[in-house]
Amino acid sequence: MSFFSWAWDWVIQRSNWNGQGSIPQQIVAHLGYSGLPLLIAALIAIPAGVAIGHTGRGATLVINIANAWRAIPTLGLLVLLVVLLGFSALTWLLPLVVLAIPPMLVNSYEGVAGVDPGVRDAARGMGMTTWQQVTRVEMPIALPLILVGLRTSAVFVVATATIAAYIGLGGLGRFIIDGLASDQYGPVAGGALLVVVLAILVLILFAVLSRLLVPAGLRTRRREG
Amino acid sequence: MVTKTGTRRVRGLAALAAVAVVTVTATSACAGSSSSSANLSSSASASAGGGNPLAPSASNTVVVGSANFPEDELLAEIYILALQAKGVKVTAKLNIGAREVYYPQVEKGAISIIPEYNGTLLSVEVNPKSTAKTTAAVDAALASGLPSSLEVLNPAPAQDSDSVTVTAATAAKDHLKSIADLASYASKFSIGGPPEFKTRVDGLVGLKSTYGLTFKNFVPLDESGPITLAALQDGKVQAADVFTTTPQIISDHLVSLSDPKFNFAAQNVIPLVYKPALTPTIESVLNAISAKLTTSALLQMDNAVITQHANYSTVAAGFLKAEGLS
Repeated sequence: MSFFSWAWDWVIQRSNWNGQGSIPQQIVAHLGYSGLPLLIAALIAIPAGVAIGHTGRGATLVINIANAWRAIPTLGLLVLLVVLLGFSALTWLLPLVVLAIPPMLVNSYEGVAGVDPGVRDAARGMGMTTWQQVTRVEMPIALPLILVGLRTSAVFVVATATIAAYIGLGGLGRFIIDGLASDQYGPVAGGALLVVVLAILVLILFAVLSRLLVPAGLRTRRREG
Repeated sequence: MVTKTGTRRVRGLAALAAVAVVTVTATSACAGSSSSSANLSSSASASAGGGNPLAPSASNTVVVGSANFPEDELLAEIYILALQAKGVKVTAKLNIGAREVYYPQVEKGAISIIPEYNGTLLSVEVNPKSTAKTTAAVDAALASGLPSSLEVLNPAPAQDSDSVTVTAATAAKDHLKSIADLASYASKFSIGGPPEFKTRVDGLVGLKSTYGLTFKNFVPLDESGPITLAALQDGKVQAADVFTTTPQIISDHLVSLSDPKFNFAAQNVIPLVYKPALTPTIESVLNAISAKLTTSALLQMDNAVITQHANYSTVAAGFLKAEGLS
């Protein structure tokens, strides 16, 4: 019996695809538990990273905090918040948002800060306002790195959203936690396999997004650099 | 070796060896000091027993061990102080680990006495298929099933078992005293417990077959831990599986409903003893303790050491004094 045989035998069982708590239901729930924190984190981290990258102010402090932030144990934070906040939406949102912010913050900062000084100078020289410099020049150039940050956060969050099941919610973690509790390896391996598949799909999505969004000129430059 | 890769390999091996040495030293230091981790003021021979906590000890001393959770440590402390008061020489080996670790040691006699719970002892080590539920049935099954080197003494009335617990407010509002009283409320109640409670024989399945209860829904939480207790407080569940000596029963104002039809097997505190080490003095001391140990006394003591961080020896001594056993 291997991980894959347990997972496969469980995934192909028809009964696991119907009824309450079925595989499709938990996948949708899992996407919800992953998507919302990612969106919130992106709305916080990307503008912040871009702003810090543009002005250069507070860079060291913020980057160090972001790196230390990564050390926060998400599960521990979740249990702490259950005790402090009870079972509100914030209880599961906060730990995942905290998890998602650092990669996006750091990569957005690096993307914008790494824009060629000559290009920045040119933009300033052309009379562009700060907003125009950031949105028309710096962000497009930083886009590959911003997307890498988004992608990294997305994979982290998809993999970690399994913890929502720890406080009685759904998602793919439900199979893993319930399976562990009742010594059934099928759902444990199957749930884990589904999370991996979802993460891979996220990677593919971002590869496609990158292709579509990143200007051709930047892509060529990256290959040569 | 003289080559570049060779010196790198040797340096790497040296680093690995250094890490291994440090790890082994740290682990044996930790193992040696584990017996003194419980704020013990007694058991002088404990410090002499540094190093392997499970090595056999001198022949005229008994070794009292405990599992690695506060309640068992507390019970062991009570045994130790009471035995010492009657002139028995005791070595303490506390916080050993889970049953998988300490049970083989008791079987061999490396540990002479350990506080146990009759229900789980039966279902984990003696007979997983046993259907015994009452104290008498469980003890009888233990007496016939334990290996020849072991025996259990008298059970205490105190039980640390699963329960269906509600908040005091709910109990007052709906006049709930026993699980049977839930008959007209279960369909409106959410019940919480560890994930396996849904399918466990004494979980939802048992509550249905023993008491005819069908709850509104089941919320998978943890084993009588912070998540379950928060869920009860928050009103996310109206009933939950909480262990009957959980200190938060006092601080969170909870009520464990009685189980008159024995859905949950008995879990009386009971001394597990290595027969060759047993003497009439030891037997009478431990039986005297068990006679006076009630669930509420144990709950109060757990609250003291877990929630109020009181010293284990102090609490144990207080109990023995109050019961006239010291």
